[in-house]
Amino acid sequence: MKLAYYPGCTLKTKARNLEESALAGLRELGVEFIELDQWNCCGAVYSLATDDLIHQVAPLRNLIRVQQEECDAVFTLCSQCYNTLARANVRVNENAEDLKTLNTFMDEEPDYGGSVTVMHFLTLLRDVVGWDKLKSAVKKPLKGLKVAPTYGCSLIRPDPVAITPNNTPVIMAEFLEAVGAEPVQSPDSNTCCGSFQALGNPDAALETSGRILRSAQKAGAQALVLSCPMCDYNLGRRQPAIVEKYEEINEMPVYYFTQLLAVALGLEADVCRFDLNSPEKDGNTLTAAAV
Amino acid sequence: MPISSRDIDKSFQNKVEEIASADFRRCMQCGQCTGMCPVVEQMDFTPRQIMHLIQFGQFERVSQARSYWTCAACHSCMVNCPRDIDIPQVMEAMRLLVLRDNEDQVHPNKLSPEQLREMPQIAFVSGFRKLTA
Ligand code: SF4
Ligand code: SF4
Repeated sequence: MKLAYYPGCTLKTKARNLEESALAGLRELGVEFIELDQWNCCGAVYSLATDDLIHQVAPLRNLIRVQQEECDAVFTLCSQCYNTLARANVRVNENAEDLKTLNTFMDEEPDYGGSVTVMHFLTLLRDVVGWDKLKSAVKKPLKGLKVAPTYGCSLIRPDPVAITPNNTPVIMAEFLEAVGAEPVQSPDSNTCCGSFQALGNPDAALETSGRILRSAQKAGAQALVLSCPMCDYNLGRRQPAIVEKYEEINEMPVYYFTQLLAVALGLEADVCRFDLNSPEKDGNTLTAAAV
Repeated sequence: MPISSRDIDKSFQNKVEEIASADFRRCMQCGQCTGMCPVVEQMDFTPRQIMHLIQFGQFERVSQARSYWTCAACHSCMVNCPRDIDIPQVMEAMRLLVLRDNEDQVHPNKLSPEQLREMPQIAFVSGFRKLTA
């Protein structure tokens, strides 16, 4: 299978900690891929309107780029990019009329055939690398590190694009076990962080993010892991405001799961770019667990 | 408030159905959606009540609601709806009914310096996509 990597807008800026750790990990695991050199923002959220196709142009154009590189599959790191590309792909595969309209509209592009597979990096680790191979590649297992998987929405809803069952998600816990950490079961692992309401209704985002942190803390987690820059903002960068508002919630480190991957594979800490993390900026909780 | 069939604004219902293929008429008012919604406490009407108001064609009341401006399109309601209704799509239809009249809900010049500095790109792209015309 020939694999392409679609970065998306945030991966080259605020979420370099997600990108650099993931790609270094993938190279270490010996997985070959090409990074798309021509791509555009996917639109960040899937448009839900049925009477309007214009917002499907952006995701589809990216799938055409994958097709032009003669790749069978594309993977993303950002959960929102995954959801937007995967849902657009499902829509045009289920609706030939929509695909025809979009292909006609983009008459300067080759037609999209519908055959590209859209994957998230976690799916890639599970289905292409395999947990066993990952386990045997681990040099510094994250012994005893209690981590709460945080799936958010985009990886697990709605069903046609879910990478793991949305009511009982397991993929991140399986990953954590493979790198030697201890997944902690929290009832809010699949709760939304408030997403773009960080702009529209910041109080709503603060409240639901507070709930996620509170539940993780009650379950005994030392850190949260996630895969979405939007969750990282609401749960990480906004954490000081959450801790200030709810006195029962203590500060908790927030990492991208790819940073755990890089540390467990024994890669240099500089690929983790902990300086971009928040609230903990040195990765100490994580690196202290790696033995 | 008693509602008679004469009060049902059918053209409003038709508009919702044009934008969202989800069938709000199938809703049986069980309240699963409300139970799953992470931001319901910040809403004025619960997702179930929004469905109810649309079923009864109450455009005046539902057009004043804050609920769909608080909805994060997280799809938790939908995956648990026993009638398999795409509730987030109905919420989007309500947003679009207003946005297509050019009534923005967030204004870039009113964002705080902290928001502008700290927010990731996807927050701006997704927020402006869902909350502005
Ligand atoms: S879960 Fe579905 S059927 Fe139940 S109240 Fe909500 S929309 Fe109606
Ligand atoms: S999609 Fe909207 S209404 Fe449904 S559970 Fe999420 S925030 Fe609530």
